[in-house]
Amino acid sequence: MTSSAVREAGVAAPAAAPAPPAGRGRRRGRSDLGWALVFVLPLFAGIALFYLWPIVRNLWFSFTEWGPFGDSEWVGLDNYIELAGDATMGRAILNTLGYTAMLLCGVPLAIYFASLLNRPGLRFANLFRTAFFLPYVAMPAAISMVWRIIYNGDFGILNYALSLIGIDGPSWLSTEGVALVAVALVGIWISLGFNLIILSAGMKGIPVELYEAASLDGATRWKQFTTITVPLLTPSIFFVSVMTVIAGFQVFDLLYALMGTQNPAIDKTQSVVYYFFTNIKTGDNGYAAAIGVVILLLVGIFTLLQFRLQKKWVTYV
Amino acid sequence: MRRTALLAGVAATALLLTACSSNDGGSTSTADKDMTAEINYAFWDATQEAAIDTIIAEFNEEYPNITVKKDVTPYSEFFGKLQTQASSDTLPDVFWMNGPNFQLYASNDKLEPVTDAVDPANYPQALNDLYSFDGTQYGVPKDYDTVAVFYNKALFDQAGVEYPTEGWTWDEFHEKAKAISDALKADGVYGTVNGLSGGQEVYYNTILQAGGEVISADSTTSGYDSPEAIEGLQFVADLIADGSAPTLQQLSDTPQNVWFVNGKSAMFWSGTWSNAELRESAIVDDIEVAPLPKNEQEATVIHGLANVVAKSSKNKAAALAFQEFLASERAAVIQAEAGAALPAYTGTQTAFIESAPYNLQVFLDEAENSSFPYPVSKNTAAWNQLENELLPAAFSGERPVADVAKELAEKMNEALAEENE
Repeated sequence: MTSSAVREAGVAAPAAAPAPPAGRGRRRGRSDLGWALVFVLPLFAGIALFYLWPIVRNLWFSFTEWGPFGDSEWVGLDNYIELAGDATMGRAILNTLGYTAMLLCGVPLAIYFASLLNRPGLRFANLFRTAFFLPYVAMPAAISMVWRIIYNGDFGILNYALSLIGIDGPSWLSTEGVALVAVALVGIWISLGFNLIILSAGMKGIPVELYEAASLDGATRWKQFTTITVPLLTPSIFFVSVMTVIAGFQVFDLLYALMGTQNPAIDKTQSVVYYFFTNIKTGDNGYAAAIGVVILLLVGIFTLLQFRLQKKWVTYV
Repeated sequence: MRRTALLAGVAATALLLTACSSNDGGSTSTADKDMTAEINYAFWDATQEAAIDTIIAEFNEEYPNITVKKDVTPYSEFFGKLQTQASSDTLPDVFWMNGPNFQLYASNDKLEPVTDAVDPANYPQALNDLYSFDGTQYGVPKDYDTVAVFYNKALFDQAGVEYPTEGWTWDEFHEKAKAISDALKADGVYGTVNGLSGGQEVYYNTILQAGGEVISADSTTSGYDSPEAIEGLQFVADLIADGSAPTLQQLSDTPQNVWFVNGKSAMFWSGTWSNAELRESAIVDDIEVAPLPKNEQEATVIHGLANVVAKSSKNKAAALAFQEFLASERAAVIQAEAGAALPAYTGTQTAFIESAPYNLQVFLDEAENSSFPYPVSKNTAAWNQLENELLPAAFSGERPVADVAKELAEKMNEALAEENE
């Protein structure tokens, strides 16, 4: 939506420069463009001020080094050179990719649940929808408090349940290797609600006649699901996947709220954005800005890749 | 020289501001009691909020037109936020300061010196020194804390272990901790619990007890690579290794105070700041206090907070007036009665000692007889971060303690060299 608005504004700019035309029929189109511009400008100004300008500033900051109280000096590519040899950053990128991959596993899950929820004649459908959506609108900090109690190694409900079947569970959130999976499970659980809404809406758009025809031809429910629902749902699936990847790359709040800063496993589990905040906290703002640029590039590359690949699997009716 | 010019500038600006707003007082601190202003007071410990409310109420009896707004930020966020505020000259008018951060703010000219109305003779010299930079004092000592061992008598009885005695040693401490862990394993109770996310509660003390030091007296070299410091760290690692204390993972899931308050640990090394929580806890009747065990010597670090005024404060007269009130004997007594902190004002500690049924006198005795200054330098945060990054591997047994200590000393020396350039 935004990008088309921007494009339109860009095209319209030269045309709008002269004084507003005096409303002759032939010039009507131009006049509309002028009005469009008037309506788009406030939005564009907001985007420019709160999204584009910070990106430019961030890029600028990534070439500087900061003193403790805001005084900065130009250091050229120093931050990027340091970043290239930073093992912690490498690890953070791997963690972020791992987290995103796990988060993507939530998409098939969401498709499955969405199809269950869309079964005609399902009772309490609204109740289920609310239950699934609730985690998405609840505050991450509040959710994290609850999950911290569930995951607690000594006194948590999860390990208590495991102990009943004779398993001695680890400290889920403070053991290297385990922690990232534990956090991702919460991430999937939270994102499920959002994904469900999008996918449910997509399913509603699939004509009922197709299913009727299919059942007349003797197709099973599963066959209908794989040959009608999924292919026709691909635009929604594509959208959900793109959003999931972006969210995955930006994971910070869950890691921070679930694991905390004093966690012995945090160094080996942190995401790129978490590493960004660590550097902000220690006053290395320039270095943090360089990490920010890397995040931007990563998200950009992966989103572009997804858009390229969509031609291979997304069916637009 | 430059500072004088700057001060003159500030004074001129203040005058200008006074000229514009009719109801503001002068720029001197012991100003008229009718001045109208709104100031912010930033601090991090929510358990002290009740005492601070009382202090503000009494301050308002003297200065009815100064509104003091509280700004509570958890400790983990406090100094990050403060640094951002300092960068944009929007610091709170009055705020808490601690030892590790003080010199950074003082050396960058962010703080206002205390006024003549504050008499340093009312506070321990060690704390006046902690909050002085280049011969000028910037902070009014608020409280101080030493570290001792809180223990749970009921758990000792249950495990059949004798209570600690005066002058006990590391070996005795370790034996008791191990015995309790072994005896009460079925209940998930540990002998002791160690807060390891900073040095003050445990490992700064053990390093000193072993005869080592964290940083040299002139703050130029690290003491971590000395055999004594390594011995002090090893002691902590040994407690975890043989199950006398919970692991770092367990501590991350459940913080040290929670272990102790819920009767899951028989001993707990902590400072006076824990009193507010412990005296309200369910196990209050079982708690007793013992001095820290000794090795080569008896030792505890002593640290205290201070109230400081921002140089950039727009209501400096009001801010300084509030700081003066915080420096008063009355404010110290209010704080002591609330049991929130051991006040730094000499002679006001009795109310704090009496604020709990267990023996808080231990903390005072330690302060007098066996306390060592809290280790700081110009940029303490830089090597505090190194401690937090490197030491966990030593405590968990992942790497030999001596290797970690040597690496830490090396990196810390680099950081110290950098700050003294």
